[in-house]
Amino acid sequence: MVLIKRQTIRDYGKGLAVVVLLLVIWECAALIINNNYILPTLGEIAEVLLHPFEPVLGGESLVANTLVSLKEVLSGFFIAAALAIPLGLLIGWSSEVQAYLNPAIQLLRPIPPIAWMPFAIAWFGIGINSILFIIVLGAFFPILINTVDGVLSIRIRWIEVAEMFHATTPEKLRTVVFPGALPRIWTGLRVSFAIAWMCVVAAEMLPGTTAGLGFLIMYAYNLGQLDVIGAGMVIIGIIGLGADMLFREGHARFFAWEGKE
Amino acid sequence: MIPKPVLSVTGIAKTFHGEGTSCPALADVSFDVGPREIVCIMGPSGCGKSTLLRIIGGLEIADAGSIQGVSGSGEGTASATMVFQDSALFPWLSVEENIVYGLRLAAQKMPEEEVRRRVTELLELIHLGPFAHSPPHELSGGMKQRVAVARALAIRPSILLMDEPFSALDIFTRRELEDEIQRIRNELETTILMVTHNPEEAVYLADRIVILSERPAMVSEILPVGLPHPRNPADPEFIRIRERLTLMVQGRPDREMCKTIPSASK
Repeated sequence: MVLIKRQTIRDYGKGLAVVVLLLVIWECAALIINNNYILPTLGEIAEVLLHPFEPVLGGESLVANTLVSLKEVLSGFFIAAALAIPLGLLIGWSSEVQAYLNPAIQLLRPIPPIAWMPFAIAWFGIGINSILFIIVLGAFFPILINTVDGVLSIRIRWIEVAEMFHATTPEKLRTVVFPGALPRIWTGLRVSFAIAWMCVVAAEMLPGTTAGLGFLIMYAYNLGQLDVIGAGMVIIGIIGLGADMLFREGHARFFAWEGKE
Repeated sequence: MIPKPVLSVTGIAKTFHGEGTSCPALADVSFDVGPREIVCIMGPSGCGKSTLLRIIGGLEIADAGSIQGVSGSGEGTASATMVFQDSALFPWLSVEENIVYGLRLAAQKMPEEEVRRRVTELLELIHLGPFAHSPPHELSGGMKQRVAVARALAIRPSILLMDEPFSALDIFTRRELEDEIQRIRNELETTILMVTHNPEEAVYLADRIVILSERPAMVSEILPVGLPHPRNPADPEFIRIRERLTLMVQGRPDREMCKTIPSASK
């Protein structure tokens, strides 16, 4: 136990060392270039980050912009999950449904969500609805694919146990298929959240948006404020990392049984 | 007067069809199981013992023949439940939740207080009260199999089917569970039909042993074990029956095997 802990600390140390090294290289480069239109110093970026509630560049504060992005990504993420999980259960359960839908899914899946943006604007106009559409598209497929895989990986025996007690099809889906596929669904959610987070920032950079981290970065770019861009990127990175850690922690906590049955 | 059998198997036949091959597993299997009986099914490996049990349990459909006494669907009262070789517990449910699994389904429509009463009773029966809220992956193999037995007994099936239930366990745990099965039969008056490949287990537990021939299987003999319980595997009479059984079960070594044997064991 102590050994494991020591090993973990050592691994963290290694990772941290590289992060520190990158920061040092950044800072040295910034000092040498000495032009904050090309590379702001860490101090300048930190200066922006240290005033999270103050208006940035005459607009909303960092926190306000972050909340806008978070709200968008969470809405899109939940819509995608609500669509993809039931559909994935159905596809995994019925080879008939799979035969109908699989080719279309495989065809649509490789298209980057951002490529849909012109259509999205044409259909939904500029604004939140288009952004949501892009996020849902981005988050949808990883959840769907993982849900289908999760259902297909369920042990036949579990289904047989349900049959032995004369479970109805909805009961089988609710009491065996869904919980049995849940660890994989969770993995799908983790992957899709990361993609959704990238999508929201990219989508907010498009013309017509008025808030959000992507918007802030693009706005700061137009004004040549690279320290604000750096600050935005730091927030994006930290939130992405935090979400991933939460999902991993949840997986370890809820699905300790996985692979041990 | 001979009591009415709990289970009547008549003329069961089953052929598996693979890609270009067809593999007759069961030709014409008939036997009865009486109330409170423990009947073991033995036969050469690959002769279709598990298939037969799965047909009786309603997990597979026979090509011909009939199963009387257990209904394939509905009616919680006349039913067969199965204990598999691997416990097949739901790993996301606790011990207690696994046991009540069947009771909470619409087919059983059990009132909640009856569910509570039964789970308490069953946890006591299998001596796993302290583990009621543990997840299955924290249990030993023998404990898992006990939970699987409790889960199968929860709906009070008319017959308990066991498919090599103890073959994955070490010899001490195995004997312990065999004694427990004996005790459960006496306490709950359960009728048990068990597939085993272990002659000693069959002679230790069974009232009668149904011996199947090689594939396609038929009943080649039904061997009554007249010994009183508890049985002693070192008893000369026990050994004599066991040896006789072993001889009867042994098939020709060079028998033809089918290329593809479909099975649902995953």
